[in-house]
Amino acid sequence: MEGLIPESLNEALDALSKERFIPVAGGTDLMVRYKRWKNLTPALPYPPLFISQLKELKGIYRENGEIIIKSATELSEIEKSPLVPSILRKAVSQMASPGIRNMGTIGGNIQNASPAGDTLPPLYVLDARVVLLSKNERRCLYIYEFIKGPGKTERLDNEIIYEVRFKIPTHTHEFYRKVGTRKANALSKLSVAALAQLNEEVLEDFRISFGAVAPTPIRRMEIEERIRGKALSKLDDHLIDEIAHAYEKHINPITDQRSDKTYRKKVTLRLLKAFLYQIRSR
Amino acid sequence: MKGIFIINSEKKELEFEPHKRLLDVLRENGYTEVKEGCREGECGACVVLLDGRPVNSCQVLAASVMEREITTSKGIGSLHNPHPIQEAFAEAGAVQCGFCTPGMVVSTYALLSENPTPDDEDIKYALSGNICRCTGYVKIIKAVKLASKKVKENGK
Ligand SMILES: Cc1cc2nc3c(=O)[nH]c(=O)nc-3n(C[C@H](O)[C@H](O)[C@H](O)COP(=O)(O)OP(=O)(O)OC[C@H]3O[C@@H](n4cnc5c(N)ncnc54)[C@H](O)[C@@H]3O)c2cc1C
Ligand code: FES
Ligand code: FES
Repeated sequence: MEGLIPESLNEALDALSKERFIPVAGGTDLMVRYKRWKNLTPALPYPPLFISQLKELKGIYRENGEIIIKSATELSEIEKSPLVPSILRKAVSQMASPGIRNMGTIGGNIQNASPAGDTLPPLYVLDARVVLLSKNERRCLYIYEFIKGPGKTERLDNEIIYEVRFKIPTHTHEFYRKVGTRKANALSKLSVAALAQLNEEVLEDFRISFGAVAPTPIRRMEIEERIRGKALSKLDDHLIDEIAHAYEKHINPITDQRSDKTYRKKVTLRLLKAFLYQIRSR
Repeated sequence: MKGIFIINSEKKELEFEPHKRLLDVLRENGYTEVKEGCREGECGACVVLLDGRPVNSCQVLAASVMEREITTSKGIGSLHNPHPIQEAFAEAGAVQCGFCTPGMVVSTYALLSENPTPDDEDIKYALSGNICRCTGYVKIIKAVKLASKKVKENGK
């Protein structure tokens, strides 16, 4: 099975419109998923379409108040870029190890749609949109619409993820915590990403997302709505407990080799409360 | 398929199957200083430089890095002409079985090119993807500091 190394994005999209390929960006997810014994080549189900050499898919830009990250931009570039909001940079800097971050890309992490995918919770709270291209169409979906389930996304077989984009956030408070077995090369047991904006004692904006505690990252707009616009003085212990309680039924972790569900749930709710206390103490 | 790679500053044309990992292509062509440990991107034994940046060669399809520059530990320094980093690892006693050493040396080289005087935290971060079963890391950190001193003195 020969692969294709296109010279331009158009050539890649053209090929995808005629035949099924499996896009390979950094390959760091694919190599693990399709690995076989020593000396055997990885068993990809379709011929590989290499995309990491395509210049159209590289780079980080600012445009009209938005940040745009092209899909095949390596995680290490995102970690270093001053254009990228720190909540995403923090998450990326705690992923894998330097060698994997130099190959692995943001597009690969998104399309992989792992419950433990670490770029997802920050992208959820940034209200990021995913831009997909096929030969004749361009689609733009919110990340929480794009991600459907473990390994499942809205991407069609003839599409390439082109970029992710989001408005530059204007928050006053930020929270990111990844809990793993060790610092490097450990997938998340759970992670929490949150942003809040306080304006003269009023909580104008509040967004929070939880990773690895349900089949997809959790973001609940209706719960956020309950404290958005509230005066800080109203954010008492009672309300904080109520909010935690509201999230509790959406947090449905599993027990696997990385962690157990009771632990995951407990720690997630504690981190949520910790962020709310942090906002309250300004 | 055939492809050109620039390995340790030499242009090489290699024949390989399109699905092969860079790790296997390198080892099959005599670059056995690149070690195979886990094959899952976890241990760092297979780390090489790709255009100057460390990557785990077991996670890279060779076809995706044709025409690019690859540096192994032997490209950094050889037995008869060792790099100060390699001398430092030997002198500090940071080598026991030696299986992790090529990867450690490559990751250290990348670290020192970006940050010539790293502190403990910088070193731990840069080497976080390199696992050693023997030394307990204390001597490895010592070796990196010694290397940093040597590189500065040598101007290399
Ligand atoms: C040792 C190790 C540690 C890891 N640690 C972490 C961690 O801590 N956190 C974490 O979240 N992940 C981790 N990962 C997983 C992985 O490194 C990341 O998910 C990475 O971002 C994947 O990017 P990639 O470019 O290598 O993906 P690839 O393997 O190239 O692709 C992944 C999937 O996305 C598709 N794809 C890629 N790019 C596109 C595109 N532009 N358009 C359409 N489809 C596309 C591919 O077809 C494939 O299905 C780890 C992996 C390893 C090996
Ligand atoms: S063999 Fe590549 S990281 Fe272990
Ligand atoms: S010296 Fe044996 S693994 Fe490091």
